[in-house]
Amino acid sequence: MSNPQQLRYSKEHEWLSALEDGVATIGITEYAANALGDVVYAQLPEVGDTVTAGETCGELESTKSVSDLYSPVTGEVTAANQDVVDDPSLVNSAPFEGGWLFKVRVAEEPADLLSADEYTAFSGN
Amino acid sequence: MSTAPRLTALDTLHRSLGATMTDFAGWDMPLRYASERDEHNAVRTRAGLFDLSHMGEITVTGPEAAAFLSYALVGNIATVGNGRARYTMIVREDGGIVDDLIVYRLGESEYMVVANAGNAQIVLDALTERVSGFDAEVRDDRDAYALLAVQGPESPAIMKAVTDADLDGLKYYAGLPGTVAGVPALIARTGYTGEDGFELFVAPEHAEQLWRALTEAGAPHGLIPCGLSCRDTLRLEAGMPLYGHELTTALTPFDAGLGRVVKFEKEGDFVGRAALTAAAERAETAPPRKLVGLIAEGRRVPRAGFAVVADGKVIGEVTSGAPSPTLGRPIAMAYVDAAFAAPGTEGVGVDIRGTHEPYEVVALPFYKRQK
Repeated sequence: MSNPQQLRYSKEHEWLSALEDGVATIGITEYAANALGDVVYAQLPEVGDTVTAGETCGELESTKSVSDLYSPVTGEVTAANQDVVDDPSLVNSAPFEGGWLFKVRVAEEPADLLSADEYTAFSGN
Repeated sequence: MSTAPRLTALDTLHRSLGATMTDFAGWDMPLRYASERDEHNAVRTRAGLFDLSHMGEITVTGPEAAAFLSYALVGNIATVGNGRARYTMIVREDGGIVDDLIVYRLGESEYMVVANAGNAQIVLDALTERVSGFDAEVRDDRDAYALLAVQGPESPAIMKAVTDADLDGLKYYAGLPGTVAGVPALIARTGYTGEDGFELFVAPEHAEQLWRALTEAGAPHGLIPCGLSCRDTLRLEAGMPLYGHELTTALTPFDAGLGRVVKFEKEGDFVGRAALTAAAERAETAPPRKLVGLIAEGRRVPRAGFAVVADGKVIGEVTSGAPSPTLGRPIAMAYVDAAFAAPGTEGVGVDIRGTHEPYEVVALPFYKRQK
């Protein structure tokens, strides 16, 4: 598997796109999706919610377990991916594309986000 | 204390197939190879291949083998015909379930007891203790066997491609020795998936050859390798209990709704008879909690240990829960107070991280195959 170069990554295995008009798209990495197994339920933050970097903002449930969803940045949620709510398997089949989770108007981002190469080294994948 | 996990004879093969491995009862076992939902659906509609070598085999031989097993277990093993198998349990003197077992009668005075991996040592110890006074011998054969299972509606066709054994004559819960893909095997028509299928006990050094032959013979039928994750959802849909979840030492077979495995009418005493007699009466007159099925109205998944609630009160506990690929909704087995156990009981929910999610009470199983 390969982690797209244009994204940045958190140690909680989220990815963050480059900002477009101050808004970043957020999802979980392929490594995280594989570790979870088939995702069957996604509870995402709602539009208008404020999310805080490093804090939980939803949950992803798979066959075997439930995992908290963390936001890698602080800001206001501008979109949540309804396609993933309707069909959570998108998180497994296209974690970096159609399986994106939510968008945030970034107020503040932490300094410790990783590059693709750094994340690959961190996750071992 | 930590010890290195035990590896099955197929460990290298699993890793070469890209399996996600998991620790299960001290064994490193395949959890899934790719998507556990695809693996589940393959078993329901086509076929799946499992490595179940963690299961614990114990051989019992001797002139009094049958009488001994009828004493040591709750079933009437003396009535098991040669080449047949029986689902049964071993309980403590107080009636608490030590494990659920399958006993295969391999010969006139030879039986194989198959225990759950996590209980195999406990069962072995109990049998070794209980055999005292009987002309029978208990032998630890855990290392003598690898166990492969082919499960699903296509499994008879796949098996026929690799064995000349009389599979049509092999009924459900029967076993016969034969040759499969050139290796000697005990072929049993048993499983833990709710589908037709076979379990193949072979020497560990033959496991890889057998796996490869079944993979090849199964490919045109849509057989894929399957891990323990889908085995759990398959058995849950089929309403089959799992030790440590639906079955524990705190429960008798009657508490678990499986009183039918206890055969009071058999000759002689058996371990747990007095306690189970009382448990049977209690289940008849003043049943404590009952095991029921729950189907979610929403999409959040109940897990073992979650509280079952009604009117804001705790009325039971989930023992197993998972998203059901076949039903498309989360399902669970749970022990609930008898007053709430009737199918269709209104107002029952599961406390999922503080939210009471509505659930429908149903009779088990959730899924029954069309025969």
